[in-house]
Amino acid sequence: MRVALFVTCVNDALFPGTGRATVTLLRRLGCDVTFPTAQTCCGQMHLNTGYPEEGGRLARHFTDVFADCDAVVVPSGSCAAMIREQYVRLARVPASTASTASTAFAERVAETVPRVHELSEFLVDVLGVTDVGAYFPHRVTYHPTCHSLRGLRLGDRPVRLLEQVRGLDLVPLPAADECCGFGGTFAVKNPAVSAAMCADKARNVTATGAEVLCAADNSCLMHIGGALGRQRTGVRTMHLAEILASTEAVR
Amino acid sequence: MSDRELILARIRAAVTSAPPNEIVRDYRTSAGPLDRAELIELFAERVADYRAVVHVTGEDEVAATIAAALAAQGLTRPLVPGGLPVEWVPEGAVADDPPLSDAELDAVGGVVTGCAVAIAETGTIVLDAGPGQGRRALTLLPDYHLCVVRAGQIVAGVPQGVAVLDPSRPLTWISGPSATSDIELNRVEGVHGPRTLEVVVVR
Amino acid sequence: MTFLGMPAFPANAAAAVRDSQLRFNLRKATHTIREKRASVVAELPDWARLREAGKQIKDHTLRNLERYLLQMEEAVTAAGGHVHWAADAREANRIVTGLVRETGESDVVKVKSMATQEIGLNEALAEAGITAYETDLAELIVQLGDDWPSHILVPAIHRSRAEIREIFLEKMADWGRPAPEELTDDPRALAEAARRHLRERFLSTKVAISGANFMIAETGTLVVLESEGNGRMCLTLPKTLISVVGIEKLLPTWRDLEVFLQLLPRSSTGERMNPYTSTWTGATEGQEFHLVLLDNGRTRVLADEVGRQALRCIRCSACLNVCPVYERAGGHAYGSVYPGPIGAILTPQLRGMSSPLDASLPYASTLCGACYDVCPVAIDIPEVLVHLRGRAPHPRAERLGMRAAGWVFDRPERLARAERLAGRLRRFVPRRAPGPGPLSAWTETRDLPEIPAESFRDWWTRTDGGTR
Repeated sequence: MRVALFVTCVNDALFPGTGRATVTLLRRLGCDVTFPTAQTCCGQMHLNTGYPEEGGRLARHFTDVFADCDAVVVPSGSCAAMIREQYVRLARVPASTASTASTAFAERVAETVPRVHELSEFLVDVLGVTDVGAYFPHRVTYHPTCHSLRGLRLGDRPVRLLEQVRGLDLVPLPAADECCGFGGTFAVKNPAVSAAMCADKARNVTATGAEVLCAADNSCLMHIGGALGRQRTGVRTMHLAEILASTEAVR
Repeated sequence: MSDRELILARIRAAVTSAPPNEIVRDYRTSAGPLDRAELIELFAERVADYRAVVHVTGEDEVAATIAAALAAQGLTRPLVPGGLPVEWVPEGAVADDPPLSDAELDAVGGVVTGCAVAIAETGTIVLDAGPGQGRRALTLLPDYHLCVVRAGQIVAGVPQGVAVLDPSRPLTWISGPSATSDIELNRVEGVHGPRTLEVVVVR
Repeated sequence: MTFLGMPAFPANAAAAVRDSQLRFNLRKATHTIREKRASVVAELPDWARLREAGKQIKDHTLRNLERYLLQMEEAVTAAGGHVHWAADAREANRIVTGLVRETGESDVVKVKSMATQEIGLNEALAEAGITAYETDLAELIVQLGDDWPSHILVPAIHRSRAEIREIFLEKMADWGRPAPEELTDDPRALAEAARRHLRERFLSTKVAISGANFMIAETGTLVVLESEGNGRMCLTLPKTLISVVGIEKLLPTWRDLEVFLQLLPRSSTGERMNPYTSTWTGATEGQEFHLVLLDNGRTRVLADEVGRQALRCIRCSACLNVCPVYERAGGHAYGSVYPGPIGAILTPQLRGMSSPLDASLPYASTLCGACYDVCPVAIDIPEVLVHLRGRAPHPRAERLGMRAAGWVFDRPERLARAERLAGRLRRFVPRRAPGPGPLSAWTETRDLPEIPAESFRDWWTRTDGGTR
């Protein structure tokens, strides 16, 4: 199966290891992975911070770049949710103000968006696998992240994948469904509340005794990991793709 | 332009682009599979959940149940509204005829009434100021309220209750005694309304 | 009560976060109600269908608001009531003040009403020499303490029992019957003190002011849900009743209550039903009845295609109780009678975004979506927040930064060059950035991630997708 990777700007610039792990994992499962190099950013930061002009431009760029792909895989819950929820809203223009450009964008969105899958959705729903042949002999706790949980409604897909990883000891995270306080620019616009939320999340993570905190979103992991690191807890953060890509061979 | 005209004009301008929509009522509106005995049981359980006292008795035991409940409260001169079935009227009852003043009502220790309808799922009794219920203040100022519910008055859920009530009458829906959780979320029964609610269900 | 000149949300919230007693009270309260709500909602197999019906009924009403308001006016008038229209707070206050003056009374009792708080009615009455007595226990605490409400359902959630005892002992005497000298901080004793303090007031006051949870256009009926019985006292005993109600509180038919009397109590107090619900139509049991229909910005909200869904709100406060931001910031930080997630979308629409506080409210959220999930009328609060952010005034430095970021993202080669530059400068990123600015706001409590030497796209190109 031919799969286009939308690595996301955060992963591209800050977490390239997640992108490489996604490639490794998908190839191991028999996918032919491509990386359209014209891709940049889904526009989430701009749209969610109140810059619909820039955000809309990036959304149009995304739909242009990925227009002809059979399947697009995104190793980020929030970027996938952004594309699925907000692109559809952006494309909804009242008939009275519709233009050729807005109609073309709406058509692109209607064609492209259904083919965009978050990584765990793609594995479980499209490829139909939960055992991806991974080996990771560590104690891990999973944070579901808001956009994966309440945006994409990923449900237990990531957990089902983690449960099949050999050697992995999955421990439940208390108050897992609570936001970590990242919220994109919220983290710097409302630093006090963001830090208070993050402190509670970090406390819950350390209480599990896990060595590794896993999520399907590096932006949330960057936030919680920033607090875990500052507090010298010794808990590592790892994207779901990196755990699923681990095998005995590469250990 | 009057404020009335102004508001209506603003509304007209505001909703021109709003799309029409359809209301689908596919929630539960029928009585469901419960028979009368199950309705009584559910109603009694839900009323008791509000920390109200519930008795389920036969027709011939109602008077004795009411008398015993009033005696337990030490109430010798309970208030009764006009139209309360004579067999429910306790000894020593005081009628609201001529109407008592608010101060007099406040001095009355307790009141015995019937109701218009009762809702099993929510443990609610509804008074509509009809016969055997009286004007609204009667069940408000006294500190104790005993309400007699006939089994036939119990409906399953809120939709069935709404359907049989008459909106032109003043309605009081009562679910347990007056309560507040305003102080550190601690529930305290009895603030301004009757602090004790006792319900007698007649099978 | 005035919120004018209040600092923006982040500063208010930062102060609240440092108050450990407040944090404790808020956490306990929100988590308690949250769990109660979840359990009674789970009891109903048709909750999702009730929620959808509630949403559709409200949307239908808003779409046909003119027709239903006129129907309401006709029905109330036919039932012996008087209907008044107020386009803004000033007019509403003028009407109510005039009506109270006509009775010759100088005291009124009030049952908790957000609409009258929104328009500052108590202050307007005070200017006219009329004293308004709040009768809801929490509102009494707030009024005696010369304070602001901080929650829709439990307005004194920020006060501990010890504080409440002190307020009662110090202030009750100024407003009527004093608190007993031996008053303890047991909630039962405090509630009893309030009962005795207010009972005399209820028996002697001739005029009451209320709001309403719902108005039924078909029948002209008003509906008030409450717990304590102070509502029944106000609605029943005084000779004159004045209800100030926002125009969005309408429901078309009596039957519609079958939906909302299931949605509201379970979402609000987390009970199957609240202790008391009163409904009345027009002049009841010899009372004089006035209904004041209030706009005060609601028609402006109605005109916004995305924002108008906020008018579906039935003030249950479920969104407050699940909001992680509200839990830490508390209600006062929102600088409005409408706090929490719903306040963050309602206040900027009702008041506009010209003050720094109002402009900061759409940003008082991580967009985590918990509020939308629990909303009984399915208001997509995150959607409206994002929509309002698009209209909010932006700080100049942020605007420039966002424009620059957009310029970089517009072309993949620009992004690649920026990534390479960051990779070369990675050694110079400080552990804690000097402030003020977004970077120092981050590094105050969190480490920055290590910047990699090579971006993903450069790795892909260099290794031909990892094959070389």
